[in-house]
Amino acid sequence: MIAVENLSLAIHGEAILRDVSFAMVPGRTFGLVGESGSGKSMTALALMRLLPESARTSGAVTLDSINLLDKPEAEMCALRGNQLGMIFQEPMTALNPVQTIGNQVAETLRIHGIATHADARDVARARLDRVGLPQIALDRYPHELSGGQRQRVCIATAIALRPRLLIADEPTTALDVTTQAQILDLLRGLVEEEGMALLLITHDLAVVADMADHVAVMQAGEIVEQGPTPQVLSEQRHPYTRALFEASDHRPTRTPRPLGAPLLTASDVDRHYPGPRTGLLRRGAPVKAVDGVSLTLKTGESLGLVGESGCGKSTLTRALLGLDKVQGGEIAALGNPVSPAMPNALRAGIQVVFQDPYGSFNPRWRVDHLVADPFPLLDENPPREDRRRKVGEALLAVGLQPSDMDKYPHEFSGGQRQRIAIARALITNPKILVLDEAVSALDVRVRARILDLLADLQDRMGLSYLFISHDLTVVRAITDRVMVMQAGRIVEQGPTEQVFAAPGHEYTQALLAAAPRLPGYARPS
Amino acid sequence: MLRYILGRLLSLGLSLIVASLVIFTVIEVIPGDPAAFMLGLNADEATVAALRADLGLDGSKAARYVGWISGMVQGDFGTSYTYRVPVAELVSDRLWISIPLAVLSLILSTVLAFPIGILSAANRGRGLDYGIMGGTQLGIAIPNFWFGMLLVLVFAVTLQWFSAGGFPGWNTPLAALKSLVLPSIALALPQAAILARVMRSALIETLAQDYMRTARAKGLSRRQALLRHALRNALIPVLTIIGLQFSFLLAGAIIIENVFFLPGLGRLIFQGITQRDLVVVESVTMLLVFAVILVTFLVDIAYAIADPRLRRRA
Repeated sequence: MIAVENLSLAIHGEAILRDVSFAMVPGRTFGLVGESGSGKSMTALALMRLLPESARTSGAVTLDSINLLDKPEAEMCALRGNQLGMIFQEPMTALNPVQTIGNQVAETLRIHGIATHADARDVARARLDRVGLPQIALDRYPHELSGGQRQRVCIATAIALRPRLLIADEPTTALDVTTQAQILDLLRGLVEEEGMALLLITHDLAVVADMADHVAVMQAGEIVEQGPTPQVLSEQRHPYTRALFEASDHRPTRTPRPLGAPLLTASDVDRHYPGPRTGLLRRGAPVKAVDGVSLTLKTGESLGLVGESGCGKSTLTRALLGLDKVQGGEIAALGNPVSPAMPNALRAGIQVVFQDPYGSFNPRWRVDHLVADPFPLLDENPPREDRRRKVGEALLAVGLQPSDMDKYPHEFSGGQRQRIAIARALITNPKILVLDEAVSALDVRVRARILDLLADLQDRMGLSYLFISHDLTVVRAITDRVMVMQAGRIVEQGPTEQVFAAPGHEYTQALLAAAPRLPGYARPS
Repeated sequence: MLRYILGRLLSLGLSLIVASLVIFTVIEVIPGDPAAFMLGLNADEATVAALRADLGLDGSKAARYVGWISGMVQGDFGTSYTYRVPVAELVSDRLWISIPLAVLSLILSTVLAFPIGILSAANRGRGLDYGIMGGTQLGIAIPNFWFGMLLVLVFAVTLQWFSAGGFPGWNTPLAALKSLVLPSIALALPQAAILARVMRSALIETLAQDYMRTARAKGLSRRQALLRHALRNALIPVLTIIGLQFSFLLAGAIIIENVFFLPGLGRLIFQGITQRDLVVVESVTMLLVFAVILVTFLVDIAYAIADPRLRRRA
């Protein structure tokens, strides 16, 4: 019904897509997987004809044997939202913040002249009910809704006119696992009940395995392999498919060894925020972001902290790093109390790597400057020549070259930047490394290599890790012990394998059930 | 929303109190005794003291501040040292020129700037955009007194469509309005150029947002998406600039008032300063501060109307 034939795309003369061909059938889900930059989103935008102006396409995208690539823009406007619907990755920014959600859903109908103002509101209500928001009034604004609710509103706008093709570009990547499971359920239901074709774009093989009838694997602007999902995923004919599959639940080799004395301890830590204003001078009850949390990290141990967004992971991390004052309980690291007033020498002993390999560097600093930044924490700031030698050693340790130290951050890929961030954390010879979603923004193959690096560093340097993530697969791969956090409290903890194999708390069970899993196909050798 | 407005009103009141204290203190420490200045260099001390008492300059500072404020609340701004008439009268005459002039200029600059900014943003990187950007650069660079003189030369001297200056009074509304046309154009042009550039950059930033892509995916054309979704989101910085421009136009029009011989507020305050007419300076400054704070308040309300996310903040 909707076919893409030999679609090629170039922007400013640079080839982005090469001879991409596939077909989509009503009532079926077609998965497009690949790493960032492989051309998945560009394929979707080419179908919608929403490419940047400098893009040049060739080939054909046919809907009822009419080539959409030849259609004038005015006719495309009539098709978009009507025959073709699309939802995007980032629900937090995909809705207009100054319009009510009712108007935004109704607009799809009104712009196509399908309904009058009043009718459009009725349909909008019906569509919002359909996507699971019956309790949300039409006159609410996007900022009053959660991420999952916003994504539902986006879906309602996209399906308002029951399009024949719905394109979902990483629709759940920005969402928590339990929300992801709900949104995927909703999409699955829409495909079955409304008979629309779904083009599901994702980097997550597990999501595709769960959802798609057919799958195409993209690499560098080309489809390297496609076919029925079980067949493609079980046969893994193309080396790239195999590499993706292996990287998806890669477990680094870790040498087990006896754990030492406790390095970082927290007992009954409370971290409260002032409540929202309820009057000019009054405030509501304080928000207990962290509520009576205790933990112990031993020498050489790797401790995981999992939970969904808003559960208090980041707040707890800030307290453990001595960035915020706590309202109750005590934190100690390396035998000394942790607080915002703690001495620099103690800070040098606990270093941190954050999620965003793009946002956490000053773009105007060279790598040597960036990596050497924590040196002032040391009691004796090493002399200049020593500093460069140490930076070079740190870069070598994370798999980069000492010669990289004269480059700027923009000259590196995301994975390389994360290596630089690790080098910066290692420069003061810390005992504890806090990894706050440190691999969450990376592609699976890059993520696998960074996990290998972390395991290797731990073996060589005897580091202790506190590994914070929403990604259960990653936590399972790299930690000895895991704590599950919900609404500011630790609801379950124990040896990682034990917690994953037999979760005790119902929240842990829900998390594990919601996480899409790669089917355990036998690996072809 | 109501709480937001109450919060803004509270901040308005506090700003007024702080501003009045600052103005009073600053005027107090300005060197130069108005009584001595009015009587000339050779006046004897007894006469100066008598005049000081007459002008009410001999009381304690606190008493004078309270007197000043309570007078102002009742519409009594004091009596001008030099003109010997109530300041309220002086000011209200001038306001009848300055306010219409400012409003007219602001409407003109907004009406010019919106379409220009939108057109420029919609055609970003094309010839039209470069042309408009060049034009606005020129609009900002040209001094408005020179532009005013040019307008007089063309439309008053050569074409004789308008008078070259002066103000006939509001008894003849059409003639009064006509006499404000050239000065408001001279005032509006550079403001419009600035506002158009702000509009353009705010729109360009908005056009890159994710929700613009969502709008296009719904089937809106480029133009519909811009007008329905981008414009309102781009309004916040534009409203800020409009607020600042109104305050400037109210009192900053002194050069244009001089070019067109208009007895406006700017000229009054300038004369007040040169003649050490402190009552006039003090009262007009307070009045202007009040106007600026009021405009800020209105802009704050406009923010909340434009952006629902701001309504909950107090």
